[in-house]
Amino acid sequence: MRTKVSIFEEIDWLSVALYAALVFFGWLSIYAANYDDQSSQIFTLETNHGKQLLWIALASILGMILLLLDHRFFESFGYIIYGISVFLLLAVLLVGTEIKGAQSWFVLGPVSFQPSEIAKFGTSLALAKYLSTMGVHFSQTKHRLRTLAIVALPALLIMLQPDVGSTLVFLAFTLVLYRQGLSSWYFSLGFAAVFIFIMALFLKQYEWTVFGIIIQGKIAFLAGFTGLIALVYYLLRKVKGALLILGGVFASTLLYFFSVDYVFSNVLKPHHQNRINELLGIVSDPLGAGYNVHQSKIAIGSGGFSGKGFLQGTQTKFNFVPEQSTDFIFCTVGEEWGFLGSLILVFLFLALLIRIIWLSEKQRSSFTRIYGYCVAAILFMHFSINIGMTIGLAPVIGIPLPFFSYGGSSLWSFTILLFSFIKLDSERKFILR
Amino acid sequence: MDELENRKVFVIAAFVVVAFIFLTRLFYIQIIDDSYRSSADNQALRYVTKYPARGIIYDRKSQVLVQNQAAFDLMVVPRQAEDIDTIAFCEIMDIEKMEYKERLSKAKAYSSYRASIFQKQLTSDEFSRIAESLYRFPGFYGQKRTLRTYPDSVASHVLGYVGEVNAGHLERDSFYRSGDFIGISGLERQYEAELRGERGLEVLMVDVHNTVQGKYSGGNRDVEARAGADLATSIDLDLQVYGERLMNDKKGSIVAISPEDGGILALISSPSYDPNLLVGTKRARNYQLLASNDSLDPLFNRALMAKYPPGSIFKLIQSLVALENNVISENTGFPCNKSLVGCHNHTSATNLREAIQMSCNPYFHQVFKRLISPGKSSNYFVDNALGLSQWAKDVEDFGFGQRLALDLPNLKSGSVPTTEYYDKIYGKRRWAFSTVYSLSIGQGELEVIPIQMANLAATIANRGHYIDPHLVDKVGKDSNVVWSKNETGITKDLFEPIIDAMQWVVEKPGGTARKARIDGIEVCGKTGTAENPHGEDHSVFIAFAPKDDPQIAIAVYVENAGYGGTWAAPIASLMIEKFIRGSVSDSLKENRILEANLLDVEVDED
Ligand SMILES: [Zn+2]
Repeated sequence: MRTKVSIFEEIDWLSVALYAALVFFGWLSIYAANYDDQSSQIFTLETNHGKQLLWIALASILGMILLLLDHRFFESFGYIIYGISVFLLLAVLLVGTEIKGAQSWFVLGPVSFQPSEIAKFGTSLALAKYLSTMGVHFSQTKHRLRTLAIVALPALLIMLQPDVGSTLVFLAFTLVLYRQGLSSWYFSLGFAAVFIFIMALFLKQYEWTVFGIIIQGKIAFLAGFTGLIALVYYLLRKVKGALLILGGVFASTLLYFFSVDYVFSNVLKPHHQNRINELLGIVSDPLGAGYNVHQSKIAIGSGGFSGKGFLQGTQTKFNFVPEQSTDFIFCTVGEEWGFLGSLILVFLFLALLIRIIWLSEKQRSSFTRIYGYCVAAILFMHFSINIGMTIGLAPVIGIPLPFFSYGGSSLWSFTILLFSFIKLDSERKFILR
Repeated sequence: MDELENRKVFVIAAFVVVAFIFLTRLFYIQIIDDSYRSSADNQALRYVTKYPARGIIYDRKSQVLVQNQAAFDLMVVPRQAEDIDTIAFCEIMDIEKMEYKERLSKAKAYSSYRASIFQKQLTSDEFSRIAESLYRFPGFYGQKRTLRTYPDSVASHVLGYVGEVNAGHLERDSFYRSGDFIGISGLERQYEAELRGERGLEVLMVDVHNTVQGKYSGGNRDVEARAGADLATSIDLDLQVYGERLMNDKKGSIVAISPEDGGILALISSPSYDPNLLVGTKRARNYQLLASNDSLDPLFNRALMAKYPPGSIFKLIQSLVALENNVISENTGFPCNKSLVGCHNHTSATNLREAIQMSCNPYFHQVFKRLISPGKSSNYFVDNALGLSQWAKDVEDFGFGQRLALDLPNLKSGSVPTTEYYDKIYGKRRWAFSTVYSLSIGQGELEVIPIQMANLAATIANRGHYIDPHLVDKVGKDSNVVWSKNETGITKDLFEPIIDAMQWVVEKPGGTARKARIDGIEVCGKTGTAENPHGEDHSVFIAFAPKDDPQIAIAVYVENAGYGGTWAAPIASLMIEKFIRGSVSDSLKENRILEANLLDVEVDED
């Protein structure tokens, strides 16, 4: 039989090392982002880096506790934690505190946290539990709908806050479903929808003159698309029902294409419109909507190959970059450590993500495997949106960089996500199922 | 499930693709595209020019003639000043809102991110009044400058003034940047390269609120400003001040030289102006006022630029040249034949000393005739031309008709007419003594500037040579300026009769410059009264003292003041006594001069 000592022997120390490296690198960046010559004390709770040190200490204890829990806890309490999450998401809509336009925080004296952080964990557990239940087959429509409901319920509640960033994170679960058998056609459809959305907005600003006729960008796109459909039809003309299918595709694309404009200008809020316009390069307003990204790119871009050196960054330290400890923490890495530092950071994340997938696939328990995919997918989503935003490849959506960004609430929730997986993984040799 | 397990490859591929896209993008913005680096520098770094202190100018006793006072340019970085409380700012600066907008858009036109001058040359008092509220107005900061200040408000024509560089300066000399100062006249211009020093640079880090956060890179990129070199001049401040007081309400000039080393003790051009008027922001307006004053023309430096006929003082040169060329001896006498040229009533001079003392015009008419009739040619015209050539050469050896080596700009040369000059006007062999005889008494085509007259006095005091008259003896701590010695070619002994006569001019009863006498100091001098076709004659007096150990040589020229002995001579004597003794004993003489107003010749007689 096994002892407690053997639990630690089975822990995947590589994941723990990657975690520790990211947390340490993150703390250094927070220290640098708030550094000034007058007060360079490390152990003080008056500064962000001092507080973060405390959060890190508490997160380590949290990780230890998770490792000492019985592995059956996660599976047994999966639905309960999910239920609590949903309850808290409802409660926050009623009694939460509004910060930066979203009613997404509980503030209890000095402590404040976002229920959406727990919801990611709860949804992951619930999803893993449901999909690993005997008799549930993802190929069945009934089960698919229930799966969708598990994910969509918290996502919708978060959207009501409204917290666009956290809602988008829930899209990460499609990656998990893909592994469970979701057709890749859905991804193609998703990409096509995004592509057409961008084209519809992007081409508005262009027009060409051909043989004296002014051709608007939109018309050119539609002409090309019609031609393409016609070509496909010509190739498939012998196939039964091709006309019907192609006609349907053509009609729905047209409808979608023209509704983009309407949705963009009537559903999206002006500051979202601005951010998308800025991202697509349709407008450039480095002092207004584009200020954050503009400054962020200057900070990162000015780092050069090897960076300005630890504590030598000017853009982040002197507050040119907004929220340089939280959402834009990557700027400090880019500015002070340059391309080399950025490369290391990207590799650390990539290594952790691949390690989690690798470990997940080795599981005999499908609960652990699915949960592992959830963890990887959530981390990946945060990583992509956060870094993408700082270098102008994604719209400005305020979500933290896992393990890196300042803040106890986000550090703990990512620690819980990851260490629950490490705990579950450490049990794999003793699980027969 | 095997088929689905393979999907892990696609999931991992998605991670790798995103990571690869990020790294490509990072590679582009961090390594390929330089523009982010310069944007960062423009925003977070402030390049502050450290202006050097301009060299200080001292007199011969190390008293300050011109020094520096702190001033501040109020700078603005338009991009950072966008959200300030304009109303409060305008109130503090005491300007209209329209004015504010205008200046800011001018600054913006230059650059939104770089600092330009919002208001220049605030005095330190003005600046300290607004400095304490500047923190409320990000984008504004003070840039330390220095302005000239003249403690005694004197010697404006010697020192000159500085002004901001203009487009021409910027184009000619890459040393200058817009907003720099440059010497425009006087010593400031002559010694610009020595006085200006070298600009320094300070690179500071500023935060998003434009608050300075310390030196960039530990001050590695900073360059210290190097102060300009100080100038030690030969000017005697007390004498200069005194001379300017004496020349108050008079038109003319005084130049005093130390004969021993050529150093200029005082250089006064009157009317003058307070040099402090041409400092800082008020310079342009005051300059306009001074320049538009046609009748007094205070900006005109008479000591260097005004050309006058030398009048009777020229008889000293005539005597020396005649003696050297052996056309007369010190015992030669000529009758006072008024049919040759006008004269006053006196007994005929029986020797050279008497002729000089009595300033007999016909005497020098005859001396000059001998000088330009050397008998080298049987042709009268050719002979006169040869004579005049030799004479002109000898006269030029006294520094006449040529630019002296004085270290001030805009120095005129005056003129000594040559054979070529008359040939051009009258034609070759078409002129002779009868055409040019007025040169004999310092009239005619002769033009001399006051400093050349003072130099003549110094040359006679030195018995035959002069050191380049100059102002600066030392640049910086230990770099002495070397000035050369110039010989007239006149034998030293020949000066004795001339100097004796000059002493008689001052001391003998009937001498023309009795008003120049000083008890206990042997003054040697010569008066002159230059005919002025436009009005009252000009009063001239040159002198040196003491006779046997000359310490000061001086020329005083007072325009429209009539006879030389009346005004120029007493002024010179006051200057001499002031310099040698440090004070003046004859207060009656002093008061008469101080109170005299000779500016307005057509005074109402009531
Ligand atoms: Zn006579």
